Amino acid sequence: MSEYVLETQNLGISFGGLKAVQDVNLRIKKNELYGLVGPNGAGKTTVFNMLTGVYQPTTGTFFLDGEEMVGKSQETINHKGIARTFQNIRLFNNMSVIRNVLVGLHNQPEYHYNPFTGMLRLPAYFDCENRMRDKAKEILRIFGLEEERNLLSCNLPYGKQRKLEIARALATNPRLLLLDEPAAGMNPNETAELMEIVRFIRDHFDMTILLIEHDMKFVSGLCDEITVLNFGTVLAQGDTKTALNNPEVIKAYLGD
Amino acid sequence: MGYFKNVKKAFKLKNYANYIGVVAFLILVVVLNQFGMVNRSSVNLLNRIGYSIILAVSLNLVVGFLGELSLGHAGFMCVGAYIGCYFANYLGTVIESQFVVLFLSMLVGGLVACVFGFIIGLPALRLKGDYLAIATLAFGEIVRCIFKNLPSFGGATGLITKTYRPSFSLAIISFVTVLIMLIFVQNLIRSKHGRAITSIRDNEIAARAMGINVTFYKLFVFIVAAFFAGVAGVIYGHLNSPVSYDVFSYNYSIEILVMVVLGGMGSITGSILAASAVTFINFELQDQLTGNLAALKLIIYAVILIFMVLFNNAPSFKKLRKKLSVKEYLAAHQKKAHPEKIRDDAGAWDRIETKIKMDEILSVDISAQEPFKADSPEQGGNKDE
Amino acid sequence: MSVLLDGLSLGAIYALIALGYTMVYGIAKMLNFAHGDIIMVGAYAILTLLNTTGNPYIGLLAAIIVCTIFGIVIERLAYKPLRGASPLAVLITAIGVSYLLQGVAQLVFGSTSKPVAQPGYGSVFLFGANISYTTIITLVVGGIIMAALTVFVKKTRTGHAMLAVSEDKGAAQLMGINVNRIIMLTFAIGSALAAFASLFYMWQIPSVQPTLGAMPGIKAFTAAVIGGIGSIPGAMAGGVLLGVIEKISLSIPAVSNYTTAIEFSVLILILLVRPIGLLGKKRREKV
Repeated sequence: MSEYVLETQNLGISFGGLKAVQDVNLRIKKNELYGLVGPNGAGKTTVFNMLTGVYQPTTGTFFLDGEEMVGKSQETINHKGIARTFQNIRLFNNMSVIRNVLVGLHNQPEYHYNPFTGMLRLPAYFDCENRMRDKAKEILRIFGLEEERNLLSCNLPYGKQRKLEIARALATNPRLLLLDEPAAGMNPNETAELMEIVRFIRDHFDMTILLIEHDMKFVSGLCDEITVLNFGTVLAQGDTKTALNNPEVIKAYLGD
Repeated sequence: MGYFKNVKKAFKLKNYANYIGVVAFLILVVVLNQFGMVNRSSVNLLNRIGYSIILAVSLNLVVGFLGELSLGHAGFMCVGAYIGCYFANYLGTVIESQFVVLFLSMLVGGLVACVFGFIIGLPALRLKGDYLAIATLAFGEIVRCIFKNLPSFGGATGLITKTYRPSFSLAIISFVTVLIMLIFVQNLIRSKHGRAITSIRDNEIAARAMGINVTFYKLFVFIVAAFFAGVAGVIYGHLNSPVSYDVFSYNYSIEILVMVVLGGMGSITGSILAASAVTFINFELQDQLTGNLAALKLIIYAVILIFMVLFNNAPSFKKLRKKLSVKEYLAAHQKKAHPEKIRDDAGAWDRIETKIKMDEILSVDISAQEPFKADSPEQGGNKDE
Repeated sequence: MSVLLDGLSLGAIYALIALGYTMVYGIAKMLNFAHGDIIMVGAYAILTLLNTTGNPYIGLLAAIIVCTIFGIVIERLAYKPLRGASPLAVLITAIGVSYLLQGVAQLVFGSTSKPVAQPGYGSVFLFGANISYTTIITLVVGGIIMAALTVFVKKTRTGHAMLAVSEDKGAAQLMGINVNRIIMLTFAIGSALAAFASLFYMWQIPSVQPTLGAMPGIKAFTAAVIGGIGSIPGAMAGGVLLGVIEKISLSIPAVSNYTTAIEFSVLILILLVRPIGLLGKKRREKV
């Protein structure tokens, strides 16, 4: 076991010669709340896409609990323990709220039955489905979504859709949770509530969380450590307060 | 006992409506037959409706639930019809009972179609939307062209088959097959695997990120759909002789797709009703309009099709649709909660309750958090980037 | 060599039709399944005037006018109301329109196929084989039309507007482009090209029936996809490739029966290697 849950080494990617991200070295300890910040177009989401196998990095590599993840498919990476949310919400819109979470539970070994068991409704089907439903309700309860569980997910208000996405990611039982701008589009009350939820997830599920966020209040109130990206390179790294007070960072945000 | 308790717990009349409908219809037909009220042409129609339902429901699995456009469904039917009936011809010399022959040839036809489903499922992994549509269409035409040129399958005249007698029994068998298929398909859809399949339709990227094995499920759906299309082909072959490659052109695939779309994608009941209706209309028009009037059949069919699609989909008919919709009417009169999609986030803010009481819910101690402090300006807080 | 030239001229026909598919797809993002039947409409127009005047070129002119009108009317009545609806709904409507055209043709002209008098142009001895003039005319005219179309799209204001609409409808509208007019124009051009194709196709297969458009339609559609649907040079390349393959395959007795299978297999193979067709543009979905 490595000391770090996530460790990236010189992670980088270029698109047609353009170096979108280069030399990103993240070291995230277990149970840490880690922030990835930076101006628009700094390559934050690209880093997420590399960490989840959507893009294959052109340079460098990364490890989850010491196991190398580069070259693995998105599905495998999820099985190994990285789950994510998306900047532009990607829920299963035509499915109910609870079914969204149930899809997240799909790959847990304790809920496994094969398609033919399902087709014939053998006892294992009922057993698994009942347990899955209970589990899904439990997860929804954390996010205060239990009441809405039978609504179509596209009918949820925006803030709740964001929450549902986190709930769904959590249902895959990850070791590392990647949140891509979880507070985007939320009002201050919702943001405050989200902070509480994120902390709660960290403590209750013993989770390591890496998040991208623009809201500096959110980041400084929540993250233990951050990495600031600008134009695809690391600008500052380390303890949240120190990194945010770094003159380079202030320059990048405020301009010259 | 626990099993039955589970069954009882999961029992909702709505979930069984399709089975009940099909069984009721079957009983009705048998009773009518007892009174001699079912003539030859109705039996023919019944058989057609039977295999059309199988085709439509299985295609709906691909189009409506997996969300991939397939225009090659008749190709699978073609494989099933040719291979299954070829096998039945051989089996007929060995086994006396035509029922056993039919049953075994259904299995064989279906399984061979499965193999083809796997083959066409492979490009489906790489291709999207219209590209997949043309690839499946191409597949159907390739299959047809090959069977047309194989002498052992009757070449250009088609494969001579032994039709099932009496054809009323075949009609019963096809409806029982429909019932069995419905059980398989509906149970599949309502299981975790069905959820995985629909999640791919709704958002493939998110499905992958949730660890859904997209490759497996795409192939699986194509294989299952191909199996049932193959079975439908075998029924077709036991109703008509010779089995001609001509029938299985892409036009037939399109007709099945029309059934699925008219019935509503992702709606099994819709597929059943639309398959019955389309087959019925086709049959009646064909019966009534002969000679020069045969052209009218195509025109009427086309007009119905265009009108239905325009009415159901055109943005300009939205108001009219709302006015005529039964659901809307019921909703308005029951004053049921009617959640609407909230597009404007700002407008929705006041409706969101803000504080959840997590410690009450899960009796987990959450340590008191420091109150929020506004960031000092140097920290770049509140900066819009 | 003569096989190759035959193939090229058939390819030119496919390319002309494929252009209609690909332009409409590029701009309206829809599969116009009824496009094949526009060829049939053109063929009947030519046939009617050929029988009354005896001149195929008056027929061609009439066909161009009729096809263009049909294209515009169909777009207005059947497709325009569905703008913004799901692509599948539009596809089904297009299929409905295709049935409707076939049905009306059956009603008006009967379902039996009617023979067409071949123009007695004779042939010329070229590259060690007899090449008929019809082949050469097809090839030359097809080439000129395609070159003209390329210039039109690349050099004129309207052409630029078309490209803009195909890139991004909303942005094009904001730039002051009348999107509806451009879509209508696209249908008009596509249908006019189909009118040329119908004359040339009648020279290849000298009979006209209501289902005439189905096969060239589907082949041209295949050609458009091979070339990368939405790409104009792709449609030309795909059409020519498919035409040549078809003629070569037909000329080899051992496989001639399997020509259709071979053509469609080529399509599938190409798509497996390049899922976006030969010259198609890759669109990456942003995550």
